[in-house]
Amino acid sequence: MAATGRDAVIREASRGRLPHWLGLLNGPQTLGRGPGFWIGFVLSVLAAAAYPLFSDGWTVGNTAYFFTWIFMALGLCLIWGYAGALSFGQAAFFGLSGYAYGVITLNFGAAHGLTLAALLLSVGLSSAVAALLGYFLFYGRISGVFLGIVTLSVTLVFSTFMAQTAGPEWTIGTARLNGYNGMTGMPPLTVPWFGGDIPLYADVPLYYVLLVSVVLCYLGLRILVNSRFGNVLVAIRENPQRAEMLGYDIRRYQLIAFVVGSSLAGLSGVFYTTWGQYITPSSMGLTAAAMPIVWVAVGGRTDLTATLIGTLFVLAVFQNLTIYGSQYALVFMGALLIAIVLFLPQGLVPGLVQAVGRLSRGKGRKETT
Amino acid sequence: MEFLHVAFSAFYQFGDAFAFLVLSAAGLAIIFGMMGVINLAHGEFIMCGAYVTVSVVRLGVPLPLAIACGSLAAGLLGVLLERTIIHRLYHRPLDSIVATWGISLIITQGTLILLGSTMPGTSTPLGSFSVGGFSYSLYRLVLMAVAVLVLVGLYIGFPHTKLGVHARATIQGPQMAQALGIDVGRVYSLTFGLGAALAGLAGGLYAPTMTMVPTMGATFLVESFVTVVVGGADVFLGTAPAAVILSMIKAFMTAWGGQLAGQIGLLIAVILVIRVLPRGLSGWLLKERS
Repeated sequence: MAATGRDAVIREASRGRLPHWLGLLNGPQTLGRGPGFWIGFVLSVLAAAAYPLFSDGWTVGNTAYFFTWIFMALGLCLIWGYAGALSFGQAAFFGLSGYAYGVITLNFGAAHGLTLAALLLSVGLSSAVAALLGYFLFYGRISGVFLGIVTLSVTLVFSTFMAQTAGPEWTIGTARLNGYNGMTGMPPLTVPWFGGDIPLYADVPLYYVLLVSVVLCYLGLRILVNSRFGNVLVAIRENPQRAEMLGYDIRRYQLIAFVVGSSLAGLSGVFYTTWGQYITPSSMGLTAAAMPIVWVAVGGRTDLTATLIGTLFVLAVFQNLTIYGSQYALVFMGALLIAIVLFLPQGLVPGLVQAVGRLSRGKGRKETT
Repeated sequence: MEFLHVAFSAFYQFGDAFAFLVLSAAGLAIIFGMMGVINLAHGEFIMCGAYVTVSVVRLGVPLPLAIACGSLAAGLLGVLLERTIIHRLYHRPLDSIVATWGISLIITQGTLILLGSTMPGTSTPLGSFSVGGFSYSLYRLVLMAVAVLVLVGLYIGFPHTKLGVHARATIQGPQMAQALGIDVGRVYSLTFGLGAALAGLAGGLYAPTMTMVPTMGATFLVESFVTVVVGGADVFLGTAPAAVILSMIKAFMTAWGGQLAGQIGLLIAVILVIRVLPRGLSGWLLKERS
């Protein structure tokens, strides 16, 4: 089934003289293909690009804030939805990279595009730690539920550690870790440009950078999950024993997915830190660790598009809830999570797509009879 | 004489850590080991036990009775949640993690809304005694004794009581057990309730020694999960030896570098153990035995 789907895609791609890897944008592992979907996609991106023209700086900055979380959600979608390994570690890598960015930029400054180097280094640090942790987890053959426990413990211990760094002895170079008060004052991302760097404050320029990054990340992951690698990941999710019997080293595939997903969480951490020039240990606490799970589960974990839409939806709802009934927001999130698990285990977006599909099919049948 | 003092101090530290690990992990080990459900609301059952215990003590009821009330309340909460939510998710372990997390968010935040960010506690009873110039809390010794009693009780109870036998039969073969006339759904509920009640017991026992905040369950979470992971699926062959080993590590690391070093030591231990023994101590012991 998967093979024929892919062949069809390759044929389609070669007919249109597209390079092979571009053909992988469509495939069996992603919802949404065909001209209708892609026209909708281009229109949404254009609308998102035009959006700052019709809005004020604060709202645009707020939307950029939503965008900072998407990488983390897409990363978890890859680890959990595609590779079938539930990780609670997204928040830990988010915090790790966020703090790393702060430490590097506070020590070395922001001149000459150093912030971009800091971004790469911080994300790289998350990748390295994820590779080390993932090696112990996947090569130790930790099954699904144990993986959740260990990653959760790592996250909580890391957050406890950062919370107790309030004293002046906890400094790295000139950067104070500052315990629960959080780390502040790191420079925003800057783009080196002729005649002076352009700093990206939480405003229109940062919005565009994030928009482009989100689109690239989304398309890149689509290509990844529809490639041979992604097909194997899905095979592992569906039946690890069978995938192994077919000769795939499932440990390696899951480890790679874990590292990619965790690095994306790191990217979120860096963007979040530059957005507000601020990071605290509470961004790695129990609640923060739950949030990516909520977004991905609510949207629909087995599909990137569903995760993307679901994340934006939940973030918007959550922010409005926090504004109008701050205490009850978390209760509502918990209830939403339980309701989704019990009644729509695939998630909101795939559930809706199926309902619409059933409706239109039903209509079609009525017309023919 | 000096040596004896040091030895007693080391024993006390170890016993304290051991009691904490056994009591906080026993309920989780039953729910996970027997039913395969990872219960992330475990900390909230503990919190529920602690809150009920303290409230009842403040009404003037003696502490042991209050702890029993706390344990019972947590057990009832467990049965209620099992009937309404958990029993639909037995074949979907990852989804049960997510759902119990949702429960945990609701209970923590709900407690915060209803009862405020903190609640006055009770003082630690029984006073203290001193050995070699250091003073030790007598209550901690009681906790150690209770931890051992819980283990012994479970060890005797599961093979020798009707519920224990039914529970083990249900876990081994639900269809067969049902065919033999056991009400499987009821057994699942009671087993889950027993796990929750043990969590509530841990909460009640530690309530006099802790600050009462809605997030207090989280302080138990890492330790209890680490113990269960290292122990593996079997409550007796797993949890008890895992608690012995981990409490030595924790006592040593805490003596060396404080509370946090103890936690980090546990974490490193668990990652190393599962790398070598993926099915935990009990998986390894059972394989050796057969």
